[in-house]
Amino acid sequence: MSEAQLTSPVGVDAVVVSAPAAGAGTFWRRLRAQRAALCAAAVAGLLVLFALTAPLLILLEGADSTTYHPELVDSARGGVPIGSFGGASGSHWLGVEPQTGRDLFARLAEGAQVSLGVALGATLIQVAVGVSVGLAAGLGNRWVDQLFDRLTDVVIALPLVVMALAMLAVVPEDFPRPLLVALIIGLVAWGTIAKIVRAQTIALKSLDYVAAARLSGWNTWRIARRELLPGLAAPVLTYSALLFPVNVVIESALSFLGVGVKAPTASWGQMLAAADVWYQAAPQYLLLPAGLLFTAVLALTVLGDGVRTALDPRAAGRLRVGTRAGQGPAAPAPAADTAPRKEGAV
Amino acid sequence: MTSFVLRRLGGLVLTLFVISVLVYAVFYLAPGNVAQLSCGPRCSPEQVRQVAAQLHLDDPLYVRYWHFLTGLFAGQDYSTGTAVLHCDAPCLGLSYQSDREVTQLLLEKLPASVSLAAGAVVLWLIIGVGTGVLSAWRRGGLTERVLTTLTLAGTAVPVFVLGLVLMVLVCGQWELLPFPQYVPFGEDPEQWAWNLLLPWVTLALAESATFARMTRSSMLETLAEDHIRTFRAYGVPERAIVGRHALRGALAPLIALNANHIGALVGGSVLTESLFGIPGIGRELVHAVQVVDLPIVVGVMLAVGFAVVFANAVADLLYAVADRRVVLS
Repeated sequence: MSEAQLTSPVGVDAVVVSAPAAGAGTFWRRLRAQRAALCAAAVAGLLVLFALTAPLLILLEGADSTTYHPELVDSARGGVPIGSFGGASGSHWLGVEPQTGRDLFARLAEGAQVSLGVALGATLIQVAVGVSVGLAAGLGNRWVDQLFDRLTDVVIALPLVVMALAMLAVVPEDFPRPLLVALIIGLVAWGTIAKIVRAQTIALKSLDYVAAARLSGWNTWRIARRELLPGLAAPVLTYSALLFPVNVVIESALSFLGVGVKAPTASWGQMLAAADVWYQAAPQYLLLPAGLLFTAVLALTVLGDGVRTALDPRAAGRLRVGTRAGQGPAAPAPAADTAPRKEGAV
Repeated sequence: MTSFVLRRLGGLVLTLFVISVLVYAVFYLAPGNVAQLSCGPRCSPEQVRQVAAQLHLDDPLYVRYWHFLTGLFAGQDYSTGTAVLHCDAPCLGLSYQSDREVTQLLLEKLPASVSLAAGAVVLWLIIGVGTGVLSAWRRGGLTERVLTTLTLAGTAVPVFVLGLVLMVLVCGQWELLPFPQYVPFGEDPEQWAWNLLLPWVTLALAESATFARMTRSSMLETLAEDHIRTFRAYGVPERAIVGRHALRGALAPLIALNANHIGALVGGSVLTESLFGIPGIGRELVHAVQVVDLPIVVGVMLAVGFAVVFANAVADLLYAVADRRVVLS
């Protein structure tokens, strides 16, 4: 997966004004009805639990993620961990890292925290920026709309990984890296949310209850907050759920490239960058972070699909494709509105 | 048609302008002393001041942006104190590290990137369309279930993890291929292809899963249309219906949808280049980010931005050509 990782387009489908907003109860019932989503939710829940309890687990194990243990690696053989299974023992559950001898379990646990934390932060920023820009475009006059919409097109067109990479070049070294990575992912990848919010806003704007609010003298801000935001909740939630795993991948990709989360803080992507030369001597050093990353992304993707199905069953699994005839002048890249971008990236 | 093309071109120019302003603003307004970076860590304050003057860093922002723009179209002269370097248009500035023209540097890296992208795109299309069509055709069967599972897994594997695992298995464990080492096409076409095989497969597999899922949905949608039912009623063989009529209808929207994926492919190739050590533009970018060589970063951003926007415009046109129902108004 890479940047374009979202599984199927969502945008236009989400913008079906007539779709009744399902209540929370209906949502849970529909989510529970999907076996795959339920399994995915369980796996994702375990991973979140793993990340949340990481400090406790590390304490329990008794090794921390940053201490070097040169005595546990065989320097004569280039730093291969001593002992079977990569030097696994009671005090190092999954063995130690080749060369440095840092505890593998502690680094994986810290990596889980970093991975999920950064993705969560990035998603929140994406939602904040995307909703603001989309609302402004949808509610503003023609010029504001044109400006924001053009900006959104640009943001969507540019490759996420390349943009994030480039922005990382200009930030001072001493800025806390995980926060920085979350910020940058959030600031470069809000385009599709903005598109969806804009389309939905424009659709909602023409409805009677919004017109009534306007006629009763409410100002735009109040209308946006009281009348429009509730209608935006479902599509935004759907899309955030699909973006979350993409953000996990982007963080790991940037860290893999050596510009994301940097040592001594551990990250799955960063561990993988060093793992290829050790595949024979210490295969678990490659397999464990790769497996965790794969599991996390898979579970979160399936869960995201489930959330979409639960929020809008009619749209799920259906790809709305049509001709552009009669759509009005110069529709911007047709499916830009819909195709979530997988920038997946990475 | 002509007015459509003209308007698209107008939009294109505007978009490119927005990109150039954005990129310029982000990189040259950012914290960090550009003159110090340009000069290097060992420069004296006096030297740094000289560099600042030479880069017009004391001028107001719009003047600096204007210099940048004119450099892009007309070239620019840089004085290094002892000599004057002329940087031909399109001038993207000089690398901080090597004082070489960024345009030249990037052009040198281009063949490797194009080599990777070209092969990967071909494979990507074959795998993506093939899988999507097959699973739509065999709907409800075992084939579909297997393919659906595979593509789902495919969307969840980051490209660098897939590449890493493939490299370790194919080159390390099974020794089917040597560890990839880029050989220019001009030097030895056969070695070029063998060494790029694994990067091609990696990039194509990782990126095609999403494409396959879209192809499948689009095919299913088309297969449910009235004219397909009519074909069936006339007894047209299923193979011809799926392979010719439905595919044609399904492909047009896919072209449009996948314009967005060009960006994803570019992102994926940055990772693939880094992983396999292919000396392309992506690896150059990663290196430039690590050593904070801003002109290279800006140059790559602009080049990639222009390429993606241009590709999107082409995809838009292709879409119109592929689907005659589209009215270009």
